[in-house]
Amino acid sequence: MKILVPVKRVVDYNVRIQVKSDNSGVNLDGVKMSVNPFDEIAVEEALRIKERGEAEEVIAVTIGDSAAQEQLRTVLAMGCDRAILVEAPSDLEPLAVAKTLKALVEKEDAQLVIAGKQAIDDDSGQVAQMLAALLSCAQATFASKIELAGDSAKVTREVDAGLETIEVDLPAVVSADLRLNEPRYVKLPDIMKAKRKPIDTLSLAELGVDGTNQLTVSNWSAPSAREPGIKVEDVAGLVGKLKEKGLL
Amino acid sequence: MTEERDVMEYDVVIVGAGPAGLATAIKLKQLSPDTSVCVLEKASMVGAHSVAGAAIEPGPLDELFPDWRDNPPPVCVDVSKDEFFFMTAKRSIKFPLNPPQMNNHGNYIVSLGAMCAWLGEKAEALEVEIYPGFAAVEALFDDQGAVMGVRVGDMGIDKDGKQKSGYTPGIDIHAKLTILSEGCRGSLSKQLIKHFELDSACDPQTYGIGFKELWQLPQGRVTPGLVQHMFGWPLDNMTYGGASVYHLDNDRVSIVFVVGLDYQDPNLMPFECFQQFKHHPMFEGFFEGGEIVSAGARAINEGGFQSMPKLEMPGAIMVGDAAGMLNMPKLKGIHTAMNSGILAATHYAENKSGEGYHQAFLASSTAKELHAVRNVRPGFRHGMLMGLINAGFETVTGGRTPWTLANHADHSELQKLASYVPPNREYVERTLAPRDRLASQYLAATEHDEDQPVHLKVADTTICSTQCLEEYNNPCTRFCPVGVYEMVEDEEQGGLRLQINASNCVHCKTCDIKDPYQIITWVPPEGGSGPNYQNL
Repeated sequence: MKILVPVKRVVDYNVRIQVKSDNSGVNLDGVKMSVNPFDEIAVEEALRIKERGEAEEVIAVTIGDSAAQEQLRTVLAMGCDRAILVEAPSDLEPLAVAKTLKALVEKEDAQLVIAGKQAIDDDSGQVAQMLAALLSCAQATFASKIELAGDSAKVTREVDAGLETIEVDLPAVVSADLRLNEPRYVKLPDIMKAKRKPIDTLSLAELGVDGTNQLTVSNWSAPSAREPGIKVEDVAGLVGKLKEKGLL
Repeated sequence: MTEERDVMEYDVVIVGAGPAGLATAIKLKQLSPDTSVCVLEKASMVGAHSVAGAAIEPGPLDELFPDWRDNPPPVCVDVSKDEFFFMTAKRSIKFPLNPPQMNNHGNYIVSLGAMCAWLGEKAEALEVEIYPGFAAVEALFDDQGAVMGVRVGDMGIDKDGKQKSGYTPGIDIHAKLTILSEGCRGSLSKQLIKHFELDSACDPQTYGIGFKELWQLPQGRVTPGLVQHMFGWPLDNMTYGGASVYHLDNDRVSIVFVVGLDYQDPNLMPFECFQQFKHHPMFEGFFEGGEIVSAGARAINEGGFQSMPKLEMPGAIMVGDAAGMLNMPKLKGIHTAMNSGILAATHYAENKSGEGYHQAFLASSTAKELHAVRNVRPGFRHGMLMGLINAGFETVTGGRTPWTLANHADHSELQKLASYVPPNREYVERTLAPRDRLASQYLAATEHDEDQPVHLKVADTTICSTQCLEEYNNPCTRFCPVGVYEMVEDEEQGGLRLQINASNCVHCKTCDIKDPYQIITWVPPEGGSGPNYQNL
């Protein structure tokens, strides 16, 4: 069985996001980029499944410009067998991403897709669901546990009310939530070995996907800054302030 | 407990991907492409821990890449004009002439972080193996006692020292030559200087703490290429230091403030001095409405020639600020650091060993440059006026004075509360960001896994709550640029106890230097931890 894991190059979670002064986007100049943390969890899960002997190959795929090879090298160092870079604009919309992945799932004949539940840059959180719909296969989103058994998978999902366990037939798309696992540390010798692992490069056209965006982003802006707080001297001062604001 | 560790072998292992280490690696590969070179870097990416002004002399870049100007580092602005000011609390007095060392004609304002990332790419293109996110934590010795490589830090140890589920032991890297390019007060360099007594014939090192903020300002305020240097307020006559304002392109300005760590006032807070400086009337309206892109702090070596330890030891050498190569009157150390790396690479390519590197360095133009200015910094020990007169004299004579003024260890310069009379600092009420050290630390994007051993080792914390509290009022709570050290109420025993907020640390090393009892030791945390500076 092959597992396909999509990974996305995103601004690192430690970076303080700054909107460009002309409001045309987010400032990426000199900014640290990383593998989307949920995708890292997805990679870890796929590797653990393979290490248990339940899968033969873990293929990582990213869609973006050539800089995203850096993130592919990271997941190759974690242990993925090979990687695919689909060259495309990095602002591709979720539907186009899902269509691209569908083409790859079919090309590779992957039985399981494990994706991060969302990317931390645009927070769309749509690709896994769309992909399952396009493939007409089962989906199990927000997974905190995955157990494979032959042609099916038992997946524990994180839902509002608690945990829900469902059984899905393979092929299936699973999206990884935060508590699924804790990704491994990458070992230095594995980074070196990862440099020699293959990365295939494909274009959207080769996969027959139209990458034209359906949406236009008109403006980017930072959340408005919070007004600084004030200190009041005593209870009377507090009551006075509350009255002033019409809250009492 | 002994365990099997993976071993990787290289010809040369370089500790630290700063300007010195990367220049070494690049030159080595240019001269000797078959030499295998590995560079370890504790930051999560190359350049993320690098902070500097910085106006650089392009000499070493010209040597490494004669056509570098066709494809310059991402932040690179020609210096168009220099200005030099003396500040009082209310006024700024511009010098009609600039000191000759401050003439930046032909130099470039860069972001050291961005330049290191750029150098890193060039090094990788030459097949240098760079591993960001991996910290060298100790030196390895062979049977003869020579350095034979370094050990990479373990990953996945919890705060009590126990192995977590993902525990991954660090590997050992063996190399024919280990090159330490850790920058100022490197933790491995410190161990090895002590082990091989490399500082037995030199003066103690003296340091400064440098702060930097990169601002994005509203349109039209910045004069690209302008470099302004200031000294005086808010520092008093007996505190060495000053500021530099570098005007970049795209409405960006970087502001740098340095306080000599030989300051005497136990209650001085260098961070506050920096923030006060931005409120000088000279900058009225300059920063308002702007936004800080990134902020950082780092200790720098100021001791110069006479504080430089022996640069070689069996199996290893030091390049750049690991040994301390700042040219103080020029306020520049990047070209000297890179030059020392280029020299080290040339030496290794010719001799296949580090032996004789120290002598080769002493014969180099970099050593001559540092020797000529050796008396400038120590001349400020008796106050600013004496320092300036001495600096003028040294400049006129070109450093040919027959004497060498001595440097003193910074930690011994702090005066006790009982005997120190603080000057009137004429501080003003601050309105500009950042509000305090924690707000500033947020702009450094520092990250440490909280569940790891505290990487600031305090040998005896009872001194903190007794002797130090009484004698100095815990200066660590003030000299740390990000508030790592706090004295909090001790609920069990009463009184105060030291609390170390290690995850705030920006790896500046000031505590390791200035603590008056020398009981703080900075060790590298888990690889990849620390600040994530953006274009500093």
